[in-house]
Amino acid sequence: MLTLSGVDKRYPTGDRALTNIDLTLPKGQVMALIGPSGAGKSTLIRCVNRLVEPTQGSIRLEDTELTKLSGHRLRHTRRSMGMIFQEYALVDRLTVMENVLSGQLGYVGFWRSFLRRYPQEAVVEAFRLLERVGLTHALDKRADALSGGQRQRVGIARALLQSPKLLLVDEPTASLDPKTSRQIMRLIRELCAERELGAIINIHDVALAQQFADRIVGLRTGEIVFDGPPSELTNEILTTIYGEEDWDTTPEPADGADADTETEADETHRRQPRAAREQRPLASVAGGGAR
Amino acid sequence: MPVSTTPQGLPIWRRRTTRTQWLQYLAWLAGVSLFLLCWKMISDNTMWVFVEDAGRQGADLISRMTPPEWGYASQLWKPMWDTINIATLGTALGIMMAFPVAFLAARNTTPHPLIRSAALVIIVSSRSINSLIWAMLLVTILGPGVLAGIIAIALRSIGFVGKLLYEAIEEIHPTPVEAISATGASHMQVMSYGVLPQVMPAFAGISVYRWDINIRESTVLGLVGAGGIGLQLNASINTLAWDQVSVIFIMIFATVLVSEWVSAKVRHAII
Repeated sequence: MLTLSGVDKRYPTGDRALTNIDLTLPKGQVMALIGPSGAGKSTLIRCVNRLVEPTQGSIRLEDTELTKLSGHRLRHTRRSMGMIFQEYALVDRLTVMENVLSGQLGYVGFWRSFLRRYPQEAVVEAFRLLERVGLTHALDKRADALSGGQRQRVGIARALLQSPKLLLVDEPTASLDPKTSRQIMRLIRELCAERELGAIINIHDVALAQQFADRIVGLRTGEIVFDGPPSELTNEILTTIYGEEDWDTTPEPADGADADTETEADETHRRQPRAAREQRPLASVAGGGAR
Repeated sequence: MPVSTTPQGLPIWRRRTTRTQWLQYLAWLAGVSLFLLCWKMISDNTMWVFVEDAGRQGADLISRMTPPEWGYASQLWKPMWDTINIATLGTALGIMMAFPVAFLAARNTTPHPLIRSAALVIIVSSRSINSLIWAMLLVTILGPGVLAGIIAIALRSIGFVGKLLYEAIEEIHPTPVEAISATGASHMQVMSYGVLPQVMPAFAGISVYRWDINIRESTVLGLVGAGGIGLQLNASINTLAWDQVSVIFIMIFATVLVSEWVSAKVRHAII
């Protein structure tokens, strides 16, 4: 669905952020992008929705060449790429509902959005999404009155209101505690499965990446040094990505056995019929919390 | 940040090198000398005979100003009302013009560097001319009256509001703006969702503050014929009616006090 070929990014300062990136993301795949700070993870996903201009190469979303777009057509294409940010990037002084509805900005005209007169279907969908992420009670609160985990859920709802085909997720858990991090990752994972969304998730936490992603790509100084399923991510490979370190003594959030049952529970949960899951939208999140 | 070593091998750290320390002493010496030189020049150019007399002259003026001629107050309500109108309408007009100028002048929202320079020129030229001088120019062009006062206040306010607002726009958090752009929003929608909510408190605070300043400034515009209570002040001073002047002073003082109170309340409510 998303294809990057030969993508280069050099900043005006001369720093080479990305070198000859080739990457294909099939529909519905959740890909974790790991690598040390400064490896170019953020630059990579920002090149996809053109918040950063790639210097060279081609990026295609389905049949659209993204690097050539400008003006109206760029905005039109950005609608199909939802983005979720590290510091949530909500507009603090707007309410939760306004923040979620801003996901529709690409679809409505200036005056409708300025007067907050969104189409009825968009409002209905916003309510549905707020219920899905468990924030119906907070829709009239100002965004800065929420906790970190709640704010990230507003960010997720905003991205999904764009009806995207692809999610670009930049360090979704970096500002969250370990428990909330897992809940948020599980939520993103479930939503991707429900809507068959592809996702690129930049993440620092290797354990979380292994637990929630279908595929892991390791980036080091702007080059892909690993691309494979989570099970192939060995200590030697971590050393190639991050540099020499004693990986076995790194405290992991869960020990091996627990992580296994967790993944299994998660799998069973995902295999449940969709209707059953939607009736209790946050059951899995609550389950994760209780553990 | 010089680091050296004692003969015993211990590292020594000092904040400045000897050279920068001496340069700093020299800078202080130059500053103090300049101050004393200026002091002497001012002293040489003052006629101390008049200054020695100052106490008696001041006492004389105060005795002429008291008791205030309270009956005169009844003629002042209309000019006072004009003054408040000049300030309020002038501020409103100024804000309306300053708002777009600020967005064109802020580095992160301007459509083009050339437009930014043009907007900055507008802001600087508005700021560099005092509203009393704007009023003098406008009285020549438009003739005396309230209209000249309103426009003078508006022109002066563009620079003040424009400058503070564009600085506020440049200090916003970039990530919400990035997020709104990423949804596919148009340029105007990014302004209204990403930028505007972030600068709204600053904008409201700046506007009320400028209104407060304008009330004070509009009290003197009448001195050059631009309407308001300054006309009466000028007339009373020219006829040496000092007991009327003191009534005007008291009224201006009371109005400014009320405007301070109102603007403090409004700012508190918004922020």
